[in-house]
Parts: sequence; C-alpha cells; structure tokens
Amino acid sequence: MDADTNNDDQIDIGINSSSSSKLVLYSYWQSSCSWRVRFALKLKGLIYEYKAVDLSKGEQFSPEFEELNPLHFVPVLVDGDVVVSDSYAILLYLEEKYPQRALLPAADPQQRALNLQAASIISSSMQPLHMLSLLKYIEDKFGPDERLLWVQTHIEKGFLALEKLLIDFAAKYATGEDVYMTINKSVAHIQG
Amino acid sequence: MLFSYPQKKKKVKKKILYVMSFLIYWFPEFEELNPLHFVPVLVDGDVVVSDSYAILLYLEEKYPQRALLPAADPQQRALNLQAASIISSSMQPLHMLSLLKYIEDKFGPDERLLWVQTHIEKGFLALEKLLIDFAAKYATGEDVYMADVFLAPQIAVVTMRFNIDMSKFPTLLRIYESYKGLPEFLASSPERQPDAAR
Repeated sequence: MDADTNNDDQIDIGINSSSSSKLVLYSYWQSSCSWRVRFALKLKGLIYEYKAVDLSKGEQFSPEFEELNPLHFVPVLVDGDVVVSDSYAILLYLEEKYPQRALLPAADPQQRALNLQAASIISSSMQPLHMLSLLKYIEDKFGPDERLLWVQTHIEKGFLALEKLLIDFAAKYATGEDVYMTINKSVAHIQG
Repeated sequence: MLFSYPQKKKKVKKKILYVMSFLIYWFPEFEELNPLHFVPVLVDGDVVVSDSYAILLYLEEKYPQRALLPAADPQQRALNLQAASIISSSMQPLHMLSLLKYIEDKFGPDERLLWVQTHIEKGFLALEKLLIDFAAKYATGEDVYMADVFLAPQIAVVTMRFNIDMSKFPTLLRIYESYKGLPEFLASSPERQPDAAR
C-alpha cells in the first residue's frame, strides 16, 4: 500500500493540529466510510498521511492490512501507537482527542443525541446493507434484479427514516446551522 | 423511561423510572419517538434518544458514574468503540429478524440459515481477532466496558436464536462465561423484563 503521491492532503497546511504524532489514514477513494473520516479530518484541520488501500485489487486482504484491521475494512486511522478502525469509532476518537471544530454540539444534549442517532442510522442501518461485498454476495446468489431491489429497498428505508428524524431540526445542515457528525456521514453516503 | 422489547438485546445502564411493557412499536405514538420503528428508545425528560449506540453514548456522558469507556487508555477506549461498532454495524443489522424474514420470504429458509451463519461467524471471527490480545476476564481487560455491553447480549441472543457454535471463538466463549456471573447482565436479561412472555 503506497501513499498516493498525487493527493493534496499531504501538503495541506493544517489549521490547528494539537498533536505532534503523525496521523495516517488507510482509505479507499470511493469508500463512503473513508470519506466520512476524510471529511472530519478536513473540518478539524488535521494533517494526515493518506495510504491507499485498493479494494478492487483485494489489498485489504494483505497480511499487513489484516494486522491493522482483521475485518479487512477501510478506513483505519493510525495515530502514533493507537490504531482505530471503523469510521464511527474513528470519528469519536478524533472528537475526543482533537476537540477543535467540534463534531458533536456541546451545549444541546438533544442535538448531540440527534447527531449520534443519525450517524448510527447510516452506519448500522444503511451502509452495512449496501456495501459492495454484500451486494456481490446477493448478486452472485440471487441475480442482478434482486441486487437492485435490495439496494433500493434498504437505502430508501434509511433515507426515509433520516428524513423523518431530521425534518424538524434541519436548517442549513442536518441538525442546524453548523456541520456536525451527521452531515459527515450523510454527504459521504449520498455521493458514495 | 425505556421503551423495550424483551428479546431486544442491548443492555442499557439504568437510570430509568419504569419500563413500558407492551409491544407498541407500530403505533403512531411510537413512530413519533422513532421513525425507524426500532427499540430501544430512551426518554430522559425532554430528550428522546433512539438507537442503542447513541443511547449508550448519551448515558455515558450524562451519567458518568461507572464509566463504560475507559478514561485513561486511548487504545483501550478505541478498542471498545470498535468492538461495539462491529456488533452494531457489521453483525446485528445483518441478522435482525425483519431482514431475515425478507430473506426467507424471497429466497427460502435454507438461504436464511446460510445467511445468518455466514454473517454472524464473520463478525465473531473479526471480534475474536480484534480482542484476542487484549481480553482478560472481560473483552478488553479486567473490567466490564462498552465492548462487553454489546458483546454479552449479542452472544446470548445469537447462540439461543441461531444455534451458533461459539467453540470456534475461544476468547469470546471464555469472556461469555464471565458475563454469566454478572448480576447486572442477569438482571437485564430478556426473561426478567416485565413484558417477557410467560
């Protein structure tokens, strides 16, 4: 896995990095989960080294990557001695260690809970049901029409739930006038 | 106030007044609380939180007694969040009953069985690898933390419901033996809930 030398992230000047240890993010460019973490790192102004894991070539199954994440998923964040995989866990880790530009609103517990819920809807009720490895399983076993129906069913169900959850709170962004954890996951999801 | 269904497996640290003991998640009032129609939902005064992961993080912050995330060690803390996330994202959504019904209705009972075994074993294998170097009496050390709160009900429910052979996951099996002696785990078990089937 080589660092992507064309990636501008490596030469960005961070706005405010509170740690001297180097952050390394293992990511696949098309992965919505990886995008969540990239988005958060950008919001927090954190410099990191980008290490590409090409899922289409099976690089997630290499012994080196298996050491980092036995589930073979991206993203994985390495922060000095700490290794964190799973985007939700990574985001919560970043939020605690690098509190600048908070991703969870500090003052309002309901808004805070709302962000956690929306993030969880996406990471538990949506993305796992349409990740590519699962869709391949479904297509191989049941055919492309079933795959399509599966994708539409579960994505629409999840977005409908988010629509209902956020409709009374959304303003410019998902839960108000500022970007928080929800929008991180939502945007990556819609595009991904 | 905690809205719950006895088979729902997430154990929640308790700061509740009483439990509503009827299956109401299809009623309009419940849809108000949770548009996804899932339990659990926690109501704490004016704050309504659904989704067990969000509820647990809410509780951890508002009621910091008996911390569920270790304060001192960031790696151990991250490990707990990861293990919790593996269960709540990579396991439970793939074997929840509504999904299994969809699969069985469309593809038949054999496919349902294969689906369940495939995804549960994949998740437990990942947890086994993740925790093997850290587990002691419990998942990430000598104390019960968030990983255990997710793992204990997960093992209990899938072994009972789907007959999963846990001997393939010796670390998880050993930890599970520790959970069986925990009064809080036993007190929160499905059979002891007000709405348990008689």
